[in-house]
Amino acid sequence: MNALRSILLRRETGIAVMIVLFVIAVGIAKPRFLSLEYLRIILLLTPLIMIGAMGQMLVLVARHVDLSIGSTQAFAAMVTAMMFKFHPEIPWYLGFLVSIGVGLGLGFVNGALTTLFRLPSIIVTLGTLNLYRGLTFIISDARQVDRQYIPSALKAMSTTSPILGIPWIIFMALGVALLTYWFASHTRVGRQVFALGSNPAAAPLRGIRVNAITLMVFSISGALAGLSGIMYASRWGFVNPSNTGAGFEFQVIAAVVIGGVSINGGVGSVLGVVLGVLLLGCVSAALPLLGIPGTAQSAIYGAVIIVALLIDRSVRQRGIAALAAQRARA
Amino acid sequence: MTDQTSTPTAVSALDAAPPRPRWQVILIRPETMTFVLLVLAFIVSSSISPYFLDINYILSSFTLYAEFSIVALVLTMVIIAGEIDLSPAANMALSACLFAWTYQATQSMPLAILVGLGAGIAMGAFNAVLVIGMQLPSIIVTIGTLTLYRGLAQIIAGDQSIRLPDYFIGINNDLWLGVPVPVIIFVVVTIALAFFLGATIWGRQIYQIGTNEVAAQHAGIRARRIKFMLFLAMGFASAVAGMMTASRLGSVRYDLGLGGELQMVLMAMLGGTYIFGGRGTILGTFLAAWLLSVISTGMLTAQWLPATQLCVLGLLLIISIVATNLIYSRTQR
Amino acid sequence: MLKRHLLAGLAALGLAATFATGALAAHDFKVVYIGKNTGNPYFDSINGGFVDACKQIGCQYEFVAPATAEATSQIPIIEAQIQRGVNVIAIAPNSPDAMNQVLDEARAKGILVLAVNGDLVGNESHRDANILPVDFTKTGPNQVELMGSLIGYKGDIAILSATTEAPDQNTWIAAMKKTLAEDPKYKDMKLVATVYGDDQPEKSTTEMEALLSNYPDLVGVIAPTTVGVAAAAQVVQQRGIADKVHVTGLGLPSEMRDFIKDGTVKAFQLWSPYNEGWLAAYFADGVLNGTIKNEVGTKFDVPNLGSITIGDKNVMNTQAELTTFNADNIDQFNF
Repeated sequence: MNALRSILLRRETGIAVMIVLFVIAVGIAKPRFLSLEYLRIILLLTPLIMIGAMGQMLVLVARHVDLSIGSTQAFAAMVTAMMFKFHPEIPWYLGFLVSIGVGLGLGFVNGALTTLFRLPSIIVTLGTLNLYRGLTFIISDARQVDRQYIPSALKAMSTTSPILGIPWIIFMALGVALLTYWFASHTRVGRQVFALGSNPAAAPLRGIRVNAITLMVFSISGALAGLSGIMYASRWGFVNPSNTGAGFEFQVIAAVVIGGVSINGGVGSVLGVVLGVLLLGCVSAALPLLGIPGTAQSAIYGAVIIVALLIDRSVRQRGIAALAAQRARA
Repeated sequence: MTDQTSTPTAVSALDAAPPRPRWQVILIRPETMTFVLLVLAFIVSSSISPYFLDINYILSSFTLYAEFSIVALVLTMVIIAGEIDLSPAANMALSACLFAWTYQATQSMPLAILVGLGAGIAMGAFNAVLVIGMQLPSIIVTIGTLTLYRGLAQIIAGDQSIRLPDYFIGINNDLWLGVPVPVIIFVVVTIALAFFLGATIWGRQIYQIGTNEVAAQHAGIRARRIKFMLFLAMGFASAVAGMMTASRLGSVRYDLGLGGELQMVLMAMLGGTYIFGGRGTILGTFLAAWLLSVISTGMLTAQWLPATQLCVLGLLLIISIVATNLIYSRTQR
Repeated sequence: MLKRHLLAGLAALGLAATFATGALAAHDFKVVYIGKNTGNPYFDSINGGFVDACKQIGCQYEFVAPATAEATSQIPIIEAQIQRGVNVIAIAPNSPDAMNQVLDEARAKGILVLAVNGDLVGNESHRDANILPVDFTKTGPNQVELMGSLIGYKGDIAILSATTEAPDQNTWIAAMKKTLAEDPKYKDMKLVATVYGDDQPEKSTTEMEALLSNYPDLVGVIAPTTVGVAAAAQVVQQRGIADKVHVTGLGLPSEMRDFIKDGTVKAFQLWSPYNEGWLAAYFADGVLNGTIKNEVGTKFDVPNLGSITIGDKNVMNTQAELTTFNADNIDQFNF
């Protein structure tokens, strides 16, 4: 009985119920939404956000935030695309290394600024958000890298499938999610991220190297943003200095916060984030089907963030109340 | 608390056993850094572009930044009180859209102004309820409302612009003693707020809340109420700034002031406001607003790529917080 | 107004004098072109036209653009150009009305203001002349004809546009609807939906996918926007349904080359952005030196373009009909 209750009270269950209700509601209005074809459309909307969200989750759990991921994505994608353009002889799969490496470097800079000068990450990454975007314009000479320069094999990753008609990039996103799950719950360092976020003051006392962990989560976030950069090139077939990654940080933060990751650090699960990403994907896919104009989209994202914050708060308060009740009983 | 906290100048001298020599207190201050940067910016700007050094041009181009600057002054107080608000630019857009939309529907300017100001204050109150009432962190709340307010503006106005009547247009071209009106408004607001923050009991309380909110509450300061008022003031200032922008442009669209939050935060940071609260001055933000305007205008007249400008702004933000942090950690010892 | 007539008169005298003495007029004027935003491949081509024309004429040319295409982002740039003392401001306006004040200020200082590739619709009095690639009333019918020829003038079609209120696109869509309704040639073509991708690749793709699943009988999609047509083509390419659903619209050859080569798209249309820059520079030179009277009805010759006529509201076009790109000619175009 207690086990059932604890499942029902879990955040993930709440999101899963929300997804089911939403899908049913849209399905009643537009039965086509329930088709396999729409499942494919929804899934194809999510891989980039999913990958960015895994990094952002770790950053938020460590009680930081990374606003620069959209620009990191753009810069990494641009470096990679320009490599394809000017050195077509380089094998396309090396692009992954380049993109991830560049992203890792930018993430490391964020982490270094945050730890070295003990600055709030939100301001640091607000600064690098502009800095990296500007650098993207500079290295590209403000020019888009067109479709013809992106290797066909890379573009094919978004269309061809190893199994069940599900494209490669979706499997990659799932792979990243599984790796993050393994890292977060089955490694010592992963658990230290949670320990650091739930109580930064006590972390050094427990032998946690705060600076190293902070550097690491920002580097991971950057590397994953870099990975999402080359996947952008794969999915959309071009890289543009101003479009690529614009607003990516908002989508990702919305997904992560919906997924139950607490902005106060220390709390979050991969499953919750995956569900959060899926919910966002369902909403994005349903809007055009229902004929809701795109202009409403940003208001919906904003409202979703605030609602998620309120839910997060009420969950936390209930937790505190439960704790207090337990203590009173004891 | 000693009497020394009453003036922000003396905050740095607090706790230190032997008071620092006066010249050092003045020299090692973030505002001094801002001032030096401002002078440097003037020199650099006029050397990279021969067209830059022209007082009328500098004043008239400041009108493009005056609206953000006015909001940044209020934002400075919010940051000193230990909170932040990233939604004012979106607030400007939504209140200006509602203002223009009401005017278009009713043809009544007073009603439209009331609606615009009311909307701005309501948005400030919404932020305040979430941050103070619900105890949510202001930085994430206002990222949410930033998206929400701009999204609502987009729903109301679509991507069409709403025209305003001719008599309302062109506040930036109105001169008073040869100075554009928005610049005068900015200066007046600066003086008023500098007085409020530096010389009144409420100003002192704002510093105390930002330094240590719990201690301030124990000392009998109504921290929650003061912070609530600050968010309302943010909403009001944003609405006024939104209408000033509308007057300058002659029409309103949902993307009015897009990205302005960065510039406002940048002004406060460049002016030496401490991001963790408790420190900062109106004078600093005043100087920083001019600094930002001079740098941006200088880069524009020198035909620098917008990309380079983005880089410079991003770097400035980081450098300014690093410098401010260093200065404060030094003077604290 | 009187002043302008006087100036025009003086200019005419000057013209005669120039011809008589063979002396060179002042061709080293400063012209700046302000694009909608940086990183927009479309403007690279217009820029190229300006650069080449100014090499011929001898004028000093620069290209600037804001980082984003929001309504107000061009204003500080215009102010800076006025301060720099340019003679000609050519601009692709990001807003039909937000720049009225600052453009008036420029014109009051004697700067020639040209809208190039887009107009200040409804506020034409705030610019001196407008250069558009084609007569935009032809875009709608031309696109419908191209679509018809691809699908055998029969079947359900849809439109994937930019934003709901994009002025150019809406003019074209209205003309498409009118053509479809009135010309009996197209009586078997049925427009089933018009959707908006907001000129974002992600949104356009989602809308295109929704179109295909909402209207299974769809045989054609017209996307009169460069972002939309590329996104639509990509969806069709990915699903491998090019023989069932025909995509056409307005696209950039550089972005569409791959789709033409692999047969996803049979043909699409556009004009030459390059010629817009070319014409704008020659027009500015003529007006500043008095060889061209900026009045409705004036005709003048431009190298490579032939005779140009200033039309209603001082609008000029570089070409009469849209250019159609297909597998045969796509490699001749490098923009």
